Amino acid sequence: MSQMSPTAEITGHAHSGRDEKIAFVIMAVLLVVAPLPVYPFFLMQALCIALFACAFNLLVGYVGLLSFGHAMFLGSASYVSAHTAKVWGLDPGLAILLGAACSALLGLVTGALAIRRQGIYFAMITLALSQMIYFFCLEAPFTHGEDGIQSVPQGLLLHVFDLSNQTILYYFVLAVFLFGFLVIYRTINSPFGDVLKAIRENEPRAISLGYRVDQYKLAAFVLSAALAGLAGATKAIFAQNASLTDVQFSMSGEVVLMTLLGGMGTIYGPVIGAILIVTMQQYLGQYLGQWVTVIQGSIFVVCVLVLRRGIVGEIAHFFKRSL
Amino acid sequence: MLSILGISTQQLFQQLLVGLINGSFYALLSLGLAVIFGMLNIVNFAHGALYMMGAFCAFFLLNGVDLPTLHFVGGDGTWAPVVSTVHVSLGISYWWALLLAPLLVGAFGALVERLLLKRLAGLDPLYGLLLTFGLALVIQGVFQNYFGASGEPYPIPKELTGARNLGFMFLPNYRAWVIVFSAIVCFSTWFLIEKTRLGAYLRAATENPTLVRAFGINVPRMITLTYAFGISLAALAGVLAAPIYQVRPAMGADIISVVFAVVVIGGMGSILGSIVTGFALGVIEGLTKVFYPEASNTVVFVIMAIVLLIKPAGLFGRTA
Repeated sequence: MSQMSPTAEITGHAHSGRDEKIAFVIMAVLLVVAPLPVYPFFLMQALCIALFACAFNLLVGYVGLLSFGHAMFLGSASYVSAHTAKVWGLDPGLAILLGAACSALLGLVTGALAIRRQGIYFAMITLALSQMIYFFCLEAPFTHGEDGIQSVPQGLLLHVFDLSNQTILYYFVLAVFLFGFLVIYRTINSPFGDVLKAIRENEPRAISLGYRVDQYKLAAFVLSAALAGLAGATKAIFAQNASLTDVQFSMSGEVVLMTLLGGMGTIYGPVIGAILIVTMQQYLGQYLGQWVTVIQGSIFVVCVLVLRRGIVGEIAHFFKRSL
Repeated sequence: MLSILGISTQQLFQQLLVGLINGSFYALLSLGLAVIFGMLNIVNFAHGALYMMGAFCAFFLLNGVDLPTLHFVGGDGTWAPVVSTVHVSLGISYWWALLLAPLLVGAFGALVERLLLKRLAGLDPLYGLLLTFGLALVIQGVFQNYFGASGEPYPIPKELTGARNLGFMFLPNYRAWVIVFSAIVCFSTWFLIEKTRLGAYLRAATENPTLVRAFGINVPRMITLTYAFGISLAALAGVLAAPIYQVRPAMGADIISVVFAVVVIGGMGSILGSIVTGFALGVIEGLTKVFYPEASNTVVFVIMAIVLLIKPAGLFGRTA
């Protein structure tokens, strides 16, 4: 897997992490003031997708497992949180937690199957399993098929915070994003994260050192699924709907693209990649129509041929920093 | 009329036939994937898109193409460039398309291999997957721009219209032809790779390319031709599918996830394995449509999960 992680040489656990902390403060400050110049709905969309990409990157960037079906976690969590908030009338916070928990459970089942194979087979298995979930969502009665679940109430968070207020809603979504981001950051920089990187670099050696790599892989898979679910569940609450878009294959492909563009195995890469792709879809989508797909495909080809480290990876490599 | 569990035999055999047809496409596509994987060590994600290109190729050969042309028009000494399209009608029949479409799409594949995939030699195979996935998006996006989501009809060749009565069911001639012809193509491929001298070179180059080059065999050219060959199998499946399903830009994206599941079930190590698995899963899918239609979309994926639990390397796989 060493080829999948071009930034590996500078992300050793011994680094001080000072650059990453400074970057985190800059990112947090920027996101706090961002709703002043930028439309908050778009920002919330970008934040949820960015968290989704970070969760995906935990798997591909730090364990070397390329999932081609991550939309199943985003989508199923968004259905669960939309359904529980609308039909059961649950607190939005609880609905989001339930959504994430369901994704974690789904991650446990699909992960246990997928980690039985490696590399390209892992990618094909996750793709096939996510197609299965897609067909399930298409036919299950509670998802309302093509219509999706519409007009989900945003509700009162903990009976105090009125999420129908755009400002409160934005800072709630931001808090969820920063929480998810910090969980991933802590995971990567923990002894557990070091074992994951060891598996990515040389799986047979990790096994020979006595690590039960399957358990580590499964734990990482479940965590990644849960965080992707957190992103999807939050998305359903702020956007007030859950639809097939979030569970279908193109979403799984997009998250791969965002992470590749930003930089696999970098902490900030997926965030940058997600913001770039969401911006492109938002502002160019109306002019370009189907050409967006062509552009996305071309970005894939260009990234694989000349930009394998991704944008953040290249910057980090150039300045010999860890980002 | 005979009936099993309340299902008419007529319906049973109809779905069995549909299953065999789909199975032929799965077999042709997974066979191409296996051939490419064996030689290039990449999973060709663009396989579905190239299958779709094969179908569109047949469509263009029959109906002609709209070529953009540049004119200079004007009077009074001012000449302005104007782009318009001119329709070139070709009217090339299905039978020629069966030969030409795989050749044209295969040539495109050879170009892709030479220009793009060659640069990925020595890298993690996942990069090949990502690159071909990007390529699939580009191809599908371009076709969607010109044809939208709707399908274009492609007529059944007149020699194969009609159906024959087998006593227990009506067998449309074209469907019988698709099954027989794909089976012949699949087994010829197997014969070519496993039983001929060329196939022996190919298998040797898969095992040890450096040594085979030392014997004076042009391995890079062999790699290009192998990729082109795998692609032309996909294009051939596309031409065969054109009269049955409509020619649609999304037809490749719809089939590729099932084909991947077929490949996981069969394991890519064996040529014969991918043929058998392809046909078998098509039939199982067809039978599911009769007995439990709700699961017909997912049955292949469920079987994949079961196979992964029992035999992770796949039914015919050599190593995990």
